[in-house]
Amino acid sequence: MTYEDVLKELVQEDERFIVMTAENRVAIRNLPLLIGDRFIDTGITEQTLIGSAAGLALRGRVPIVHALATFLTMRGFEFIRTDVGIGNLPVKLVGGVPGFLSEANGPTHQAVEDISLMRGIPNINIFCPADEEDMIICLKKVLESPSPFYIRYTNQAPLVKHSDDFEIGKAEVVSDTGEITILVYGILFNQAYIAKSILENEGKTVRLVNIRTPKPVDEKAILESVNISNLIVTLEDHFLTGGLYSIVAETLLNNKITATVLPIALENKWFKPALFNDVLEYEGFTGEKIAKRILDKLK
Amino acid sequence: MTKTKLEELQKTALKVREHIIRMSTDGGCFIGASLSCTDLIVYLYNNFLNINKDNLNDQNRDYFFLSKGHDVPALYGTLAERGFFNPERLKNHLKTTDFIYWHPNVNIPGIEFHSGSLGHLLSVSIGVAMDCKLRNHKNKVVVILGDGELNEGSNWEGALVAASKKLDNLIAVIDRNKFQANIETEDLIKLEPLAEKFKAFGWGVKTADGHDFRSLERAFSKFPIIEKKPNLVIANTIRGKGLPSIQARADRWFVNFTHEEIEMLLEELHGHEKARIQSEPLMVR
Repeated sequence: MTYEDVLKELVQEDERFIVMTAENRVAIRNLPLLIGDRFIDTGITEQTLIGSAAGLALRGRVPIVHALATFLTMRGFEFIRTDVGIGNLPVKLVGGVPGFLSEANGPTHQAVEDISLMRGIPNINIFCPADEEDMIICLKKVLESPSPFYIRYTNQAPLVKHSDDFEIGKAEVVSDTGEITILVYGILFNQAYIAKSILENEGKTVRLVNIRTPKPVDEKAILESVNISNLIVTLEDHFLTGGLYSIVAETLLNNKITATVLPIALENKWFKPALFNDVLEYEGFTGEKIAKRILDKLK
Repeated sequence: MTKTKLEELQKTALKVREHIIRMSTDGGCFIGASLSCTDLIVYLYNNFLNINKDNLNDQNRDYFFLSKGHDVPALYGTLAERGFFNPERLKNHLKTTDFIYWHPNVNIPGIEFHSGSLGHLLSVSIGVAMDCKLRNHKNKVVVILGDGELNEGSNWEGALVAASKKLDNLIAVIDRNKFQANIETEDLIKLEPLAEKFKAFGWGVKTADGHDFRSLERAFSKFPIIEKKPNLVIANTIRGKGLPSIQARADRWFVNFTHEEIEMLLEELHGHEKARIQSEPLMVR
C-alpha cells in the first residue's frame, strides 16, 4: 500500500476527506484522476491554501494539505496558528522534503525549524514517520484523529519492519534495553539503526526508540530510557533549538530528573546543500559518524 | 424598497450605533471602523442573508464572515438586535466573564469564525464557498473586507484563487471608508482604481453607497453579477458615520471615551448638539 492508496481509500470511504495542495503534487500525482473534485489545487498560494482548508473544515471536511515543508510551515505559519490552531480545526498539514530531504535545494528549502514552530502552537500535533512503511502504518489514525496535525512526509525505504501497534503519543521501542538509548524521529531512524549495529559490534548495547509523534510525545518512553541507559542520544535533522533535544529537556525537568544527554542536531546553522547521502556525510549524520560521536562521548 | 422597510432598517441601524457608542467606553473600541460598516451589516442581516439564530446548524444557510474583525461592535450590535443573544450581554464588553472583546469570538452566537489578523477570512470564505459548490448547496458566502486590509497580499492570492475556482457563490464586500488605521488609503498605499483591479482579476464588481439602504438593495439584487465569477461589492462608506464630531477623522479609529462623552455622543447621534470630545485617540502612527 502506498501513501496515495491510503488517501484514495479514505476519500472514497469517508466524505469528510479532501486532498489539497499548493501546486506540489509529488506525493499525490495520481490522485486528481482517482478522486475528482475532492482534489483541490490552489496554486502556489500557501496562505490561501491553509485559510481555505480552515474554511472547508468549518463545513465538516478534513483537508489533507500538501506543500513543501518550509513554505507550508513558514510562509503559511500565521494562517496555521491563527486559523487552524486557534480554531482547533482538523486540518492535516503534510510537509514535503522536510529536514535533510530537501537535499541540494539550499537553505530556502530547509525545514529544520518546522518541529519547533509547529509544536509551539496549541492544539497542533506532529507526526514524523521513520520511513514510508512506518508512515503507512500510522497514517490512518493520524488522519482520522480530530486534531490538527503536521506531518513530515517521507518516501524513504525502510530498513526494519515496524510495529503496527501505533497510538498517537506512543513511541515505537525498536529495541528496549541498552546502556545507550538513541531517541530519533523521522528519516534519521535508518542512520540510528545503522549506528546501533556499529555500536553493538563494538560491544555496546543500544536501546532504540522511534518517537513517531514528537507531539504529543511519549513521555513514558523517554523516562524509561533514562532509567535503563547511562547515555541518552537525541538525533534529529532539525535545529538544536525547539526539537527533540528540547522536548527531552522539558520532559526531564518536568519530572525533576536529569541525565547525560548527547544531542545530535544542527547547531545554529543551515546544512550544506548536496545530494542526500553527501549531506549526511558532510554534516556527520551517517550511521558511522553518529556511532563515532557516541563512542567519543563515552570515552 | 418600501418606505416601511427603509424606516425599519434605519431604526435598527440607529440602535446598533447606540450599542457601538456604549461599547466605546471603559476600555473603548474601534468606533470609527464600526460605524462605517454598520448600515452594511444591518442591511445584510435584515434584507439579504439567510442566517438566523435557529438555522446556524443548517448547511444550506448563508455564511457571513467579518474579515476586518476590529469593527465587530457593529456585528455584535446587529446580532443582538436580530435576537441571536440578549442585548444586555453587550454590557459584558471587555469583561473576563464573557468573550466580547475587540475582535470576534466564536463563543458569541452568530459569529462564524474569529478574525483580527487582517487578510485571513477571504481565504476561509473561499474554503466555505468551495465546499458549498462541492455539495451543490445554493447558499451564499459573504465576507466583509476593510479597504486598508487590502494591503495584505493574501487578499490578492485569494482573489486569484476565487476567480480560478469560479466561486460565483462568494460575495466579498469592501467597506471603502478610505482609511487605514490613521492614514487615508490613497495617501499611503493606493488602492484606486479598485473596481478595475478586481475586474482584471476576474471578478464581477458593483459599487454602492454603503449608507443608503436603497443603493445597497440595488447592489445586492442579483448574484452572480457575472456568471461563473466571484462577486465584489465596493460599499463607499464614511468612517465614524452618524457622529459628525468624529466622522471621517484619521484620529477617530479607536477611542476610549468617558461616560460623559458617551452621553453626549448618544445625544449627537439623535441629531442634538455636537459632542465636545476631550479623550485622546489611539494613534498607531
